[in-house]
Amino acid sequence: MNRLTNPLGTSVGKKLMMAVTGLGFCCFLTIHLVGNLTIYGGKDFFNSYVEHLHSLGPLVTLAEIGLLFFAVIHIMTGALLFYQNLKARPIRYSVNKRAGGRTLGSATMPYTGFILLLFVIFHLLNFHFVDKTQTTTFQLVSNAFANPAYIFIYMVAVIIAAIHVSHGLWSAFQTLGANHPKYTPFLRGLSIVFSVVVGIGFGFIPVYISLLI
Amino acid sequence: MTKSINITLKVWRQKGLHVKGGFETYPATDISTDMSFLEMIDVVNEQLTLDGKDPIAFDHDCREGICGMCGAVINGRSHGPEKGTTLCQLHMRHFSNGDTIVIEPWRAKAFPIVKDLVVNRSAFDQIILAGGYISVNTGGAPDANSIPIAQEIAELAMDAAACIGCGACVAACPNASAMLFTGAKISQLALLPQGKPEAANRALAMVRKMDELCFGNCSNERECEAECPKEISISNIARLNREFIEAGLVSAVK
Repeated sequence: MNRLTNPLGTSVGKKLMMAVTGLGFCCFLTIHLVGNLTIYGGKDFFNSYVEHLHSLGPLVTLAEIGLLFFAVIHIMTGALLFYQNLKARPIRYSVNKRAGGRTLGSATMPYTGFILLLFVIFHLLNFHFVDKTQTTTFQLVSNAFANPAYIFIYMVAVIIAAIHVSHGLWSAFQTLGANHPKYTPFLRGLSIVFSVVVGIGFGFIPVYISLLI
Repeated sequence: MTKSINITLKVWRQKGLHVKGGFETYPATDISTDMSFLEMIDVVNEQLTLDGKDPIAFDHDCREGICGMCGAVINGRSHGPEKGTTLCQLHMRHFSNGDTIVIEPWRAKAFPIVKDLVVNRSAFDQIILAGGYISVNTGGAPDANSIPIAQEIAELAMDAAACIGCGACVAACPNASAMLFTGAKISQLALLPQGKPEAANRALAMVRKMDELCFGNCSNERECEAECPKEISISNIARLNREFIEAGLVSAVK
């Protein structure tokens, strides 16, 4: 076990765990978005998607356990990295200026990550840990987004998620050692495109639902 | 055209590691724009000495951008605002009359302050000692070019070897990480056949030493490559990551 935990416990190892779990979340976001887009097909189309998904039974539970496991690793490691990085510079600079490397995403990773954690808990309480025997998922969604406060919270959270992945996606590849003049520019572009797709894809759903009501 | 400017310096002064430091303000008058930044500090120091004050301590040696001794954070930028230059290569023509320039030492837990702008960078030496070398038998010098190396690979190794160990990457990194330095030093050897036999050991030992010295963790902010006076690319950090993955998860080395 030491031969595995020793390399994973180093700075590079911790970053590798962040990268692997982060890429896992990017895959999850993609699947989640594709599923959510069925809402544009109407109430019945969306409800039947939800039913099909839930009919997978143990597979869904397995995916949920996997995501929870990934989340625990991503959050714990991220918090540790954040703490260590603060400690690595006990006296800060009085003048801070960027040289052109930092982006909005890269500079805010720990903070956007923390907000996303709060949002995910809120989101699960809204739509996951609720009694669904008396109602359909579509009904739950439209009830929630009848409230403008919910629309606001969800849109802000989605923008924060977009900022987080704009750095996270290409950064994960860099951490995994994938850096080459042939495809690194593509990966950096892909991060931005993915971030915009996440932002617009998820962000318009609350607005669309509220317009339907 | 040579002209002279008058500027104000806000310099970090600190007598020693465990002594409280702070900013002092000094006027620098009649500074020729042809001077380098270090020559400007020389002028200020001469005046300070004449006034019976302690001159500003700063590191410097070759003053032609190849030794890696000089370096300070100028208005929030390592080695100043110019790209691909060390502090000695920064000229006063890049500043305007009336400017206030804030000068701070490299800030990192792994680089303790010696005095004023001088920091102890022996942490870098310790990373090199951990594995930044190859083992060669003594005796007659081997024939040149007896091991064929592709031109492209030789170029990459030379690009990595351009690192002068000045510490600007650590100073510029928001996390005070030494990954660009360590990445360059691992790369210059890992790319070449002579470096291969010890590659796995080297990657593990240098990364462990780097962590032990309390450098921060890389989060791919790319500030290091933007500030590096030798413009070393973060592709060297990716190579370090590859070397480490191979060494830690695949190789026979413990």
